[in-house]
Amino acid sequence: MSLLDFDIAHLFAGGLVLVSFMMIYQDRLYALLNVFALHSIVLAFSVGWQAYIQDAPHLYITTAIAIVFKGIIIPVALHRIIQRLGIHREIETVIGIGPTMVLGIGFVALSLAVMLRVTAEADRLAREDVALALSVVLLGLLMMVTRRNAVSQVVGFMSTENGLILAATGAKGMPFVVEISVAFSVLVAFVVIGIFLFRIRERFDTVDVQALDRFRGTQE
Amino acid sequence: MNAISFDLDALDALSAILVIPAVSAAVLALLPRYRLGARLNVLAALLTFVASLLLLSPDRPEPGRYLFVDDLNVVFIVLTTFIGFTTSVFSATYIAHELEIGRLTPQYLRFYHSMYQVLMFAMNLALSANNIGLMWVAIELATLTTILMVGIYRTHEAVEAAWKYFILASVGIALALFGTILIYLAAQPVMGGGVDAMVWTLLIERVARFDPALLDAAFIFLLLGYGTKVGLAPLHAWLPDAHAEGPTPISAVLSGLLLNVALYAVLRFKMLLAANVKAIAPGPLMVTMGLASLLFAAFMLYRRRDIKRMFAYSSIEHMGIITFAFGMGGPLANFAGLLHMTMHSLTKSAIFYSVGHIAQIKGTQKIAEIRGLTETHPVLGWGLVLGVFAIAGMPPFGIFMSEFLVVSSTFAREPLLTIPLVVGLLVAFGALLLRLNSVAFGDPLGSTQPAQASYVPLYAHLALVLGAGLYLPPLLVAWFQHVARQLG
Amino acid sequence: MHDLAVQGGQLLLVLLMAPLLTGFVRKVKARLLRRQGASIIQPYRDLARLLQKDVVLADNASWLFRLAPYLIFAATWVAAALVPTFATSLLFNWTADLIAIAALLGSVRFFLALAGLDVGTSFGGIGSSREMMIASLAEPAILMIVFTLALVAKSTQLSTISDVMLSAHVGLRISLGLVLVGLIIVAIAENARIPVDNPATHLELTMVHEAMILEYSGRHLAVIELAASLKLLLYVSLIACIFVPWGLVGAGAGLGAYLLGSAAWVVKLAVGGALLALFETLTAKMRVFRVPVFLGAALMLGLLGTLLLFVSRGL
Repeated sequence: MSLLDFDIAHLFAGGLVLVSFMMIYQDRLYALLNVFALHSIVLAFSVGWQAYIQDAPHLYITTAIAIVFKGIIIPVALHRIIQRLGIHREIETVIGIGPTMVLGIGFVALSLAVMLRVTAEADRLAREDVALALSVVLLGLLMMVTRRNAVSQVVGFMSTENGLILAATGAKGMPFVVEISVAFSVLVAFVVIGIFLFRIRERFDTVDVQALDRFRGTQE
Repeated sequence: MNAISFDLDALDALSAILVIPAVSAAVLALLPRYRLGARLNVLAALLTFVASLLLLSPDRPEPGRYLFVDDLNVVFIVLTTFIGFTTSVFSATYIAHELEIGRLTPQYLRFYHSMYQVLMFAMNLALSANNIGLMWVAIELATLTTILMVGIYRTHEAVEAAWKYFILASVGIALALFGTILIYLAAQPVMGGGVDAMVWTLLIERVARFDPALLDAAFIFLLLGYGTKVGLAPLHAWLPDAHAEGPTPISAVLSGLLLNVALYAVLRFKMLLAANVKAIAPGPLMVTMGLASLLFAAFMLYRRRDIKRMFAYSSIEHMGIITFAFGMGGPLANFAGLLHMTMHSLTKSAIFYSVGHIAQIKGTQKIAEIRGLTETHPVLGWGLVLGVFAIAGMPPFGIFMSEFLVVSSTFAREPLLTIPLVVGLLVAFGALLLRLNSVAFGDPLGSTQPAQASYVPLYAHLALVLGAGLYLPPLLVAWFQHVARQLG
Repeated sequence: MHDLAVQGGQLLLVLLMAPLLTGFVRKVKARLLRRQGASIIQPYRDLARLLQKDVVLADNASWLFRLAPYLIFAATWVAAALVPTFATSLLFNWTADLIAIAALLGSVRFFLALAGLDVGTSFGGIGSSREMMIASLAEPAILMIVFTLALVAKSTQLSTISDVMLSAHVGLRISLGLVLVGLIIVAIAENARIPVDNPATHLELTMVHEAMILEYSGRHLAVIELAASLKLLLYVSLIACIFVPWGLVGAGAGLGAYLLGSAAWVVKLAVGGALLALFETLTAKMRVFRVPVFLGAALMLGLLGTLLLFVSRGL
């Protein structure tokens, strides 16, 4: 595989990590949804490129799912839900955006260090994809854990999924990539629809710390 | 699916344990009447259990690319379908009461029964999966159904518990899938790509040639990912809330079955790692996590004020013991772990059966408001007493035997570790008995209306646990020993 | 002799072009806002006017207050003269090290902040503290950017970096894209442009740079304004010389080549200025509390660029 092929794959994978950071940087909900749409589009490009250089046409289906479902349908659906339920639109964080980004860089460095050492014998493209994919996964998990609003937690989960799909496509010839991405999309659709149907407004409104203290879980 | 010769009965049984729940789920989703739905649920569970008994026959089908049966999973399949059946019986009376007091509405009941069968399907699929990707999908499906059912009461607390469960389960999903991908990456150079590189029976043959560093990394991710679903500290935060806020049949199934299935997945990968000499010994990691869970849960047990939450911490404690046992390794400890998994499932679900009915009668889950059960409701009360004795590890119940084996094998290999182990066991023992004392004995408190309960599941489980404590059938012993050897 | 002339030419050229660039940016901004705007050479007129005016000093102004403008101007002029504008083969290009330039600019900031504190007014204090807050994040960001560039070009000398970028070895690198964005963010912060700071305001809530120089007047103010223009020129030239190096002339070229190089440079300045004006018109000024996060993003971009470079190198 030529150097240019590798560089382009690196461009897209690195771009995905960058967009993950952009998501952590956001402090408004609509902007977050837009950046998430961008995240899915970059993932689609990455998977499409892998499909091209690995000569694996079934990955084009994953590309299509990423663009249509995660790049368009889910952001629009979440947009509507936020409007309908009147959900609070500012993102509240547990530790502040700056420290979160520092933690994020720490995770990226850690995952690169670990993954590159562990996969010393694997194929070059797979190594790079898996290392950067783990970074995206960890950044998505970081986002899920440091956000108080449920919609931003769901967005964090979906970006984690994107990272996993990147990892799965990087591992050449892995079966079920299409099935896994479909399964994930169904799961997320379930969750989103469930949110809407169950109309659990209180969960998504401003965190009322007093109300939560009533139910501190481990105190009972 | 695969053009291999098979034994008709066994393969049909394998398909049956999957097809029956799937079909019933579809039917139950459409059935409007509660009574019929509950009965159909019980019938489906019974049929699945009978089908799984057929799997015990010595002729086993050849492992296919997606499904297989071997010594390890056959016991768990039988156990799962059995507890699924008894829980469905319990659920029938429990839910009838919930319907009466208006906590659940009929359309949610359709959803509930359908999801119950989907859960059974997913767990059976996870247990019989030969393909590690399929196992992952099945476990995630099972987790998803339990998340939906935990939130079914739709109170603020229930939704909060379900959401917390969802977030932590997602962390688990992601890490477990990443670990699975890494296993594939390790297998790919040796076995070529494609489906074969994800088939467990094929992997275990060639794993000695995989890159050990990659296997190590993969196992860590898998332990953390599936370990979240087992409820190991520090990833346990979802467990107490999910048990306390969901309907009691779900608590029984969670504690008794889903935790086991997740641990089973960890075991499969432990077996892979054990076959590769250069890979890290998974033992110390599991020992640490197990011990941490045990001690943490034991010390938290006493302060709980909600009865279901208390038993949830007890589940964490026992999962910790089991993980510790498997981490210690060696034939004796592995055998003890397998036995403990079985005994704990039976006992914990029995406890939840009694607790469920008690909570319904008294109208509360708070320990302080439940008193004197043995006087007002002797059958339930004494059932609870026996169950708590069993779970606390008193002889002659089965759990005493497995805990004793764990302690003795630890003492033989790493004497220093027995100190925290025994401390944890004793603290939990003390806490449980103290609480039992206040709940079961003393002056009665709260309502004394008679229970419309089903006592059969409760006492059936307790009888089995007692029986196992007194006499273990040699077939079972042989199976467990065989698997214990493979576990390394 | 020839080299000395070229180097001297560069020195004069940057000094003469700096106010023109500032005037150009203001003109484009005005036009975008549908105003006529002042003429492009207005900054020259402002400087001339200021030079003729008296200096008004506070009673308690120390020698530092009177000396600081000249120090600031000298350091900025030297730094601006070091950045290759039309040729990479200047006499002093062995000193044209990115780290040296960063250090010069750091000393500029130091004296400016001291001058702001010197007279003891509250505006000066606010300006200096905000400036230092911005600096505490901008400096590490610059260093990470320098680090990434040095990894790519294997040297921190600007002329070497330009040569490497001109050659085909570089290829498609996302790290360079990240570094470009990071450098632009730092440039905006250092030059006190929207969205970090508004160069045209004197409201307490929004001043940073203007607050520090509020007490200056007459020739001191003229010198400081010229230094600020030089800084803007420096940053635009820096970005141009690293990322858009076409047109830079090598060693031993004739006068025609130098003229062509200068013309290319002027075009790059014009484009950079116009883009800056456009960006300032499109964006609103950020809350002061958001500025650290904004600059932190530049630092993250630099770090990320380095990490990604390690990934693609290490494979």
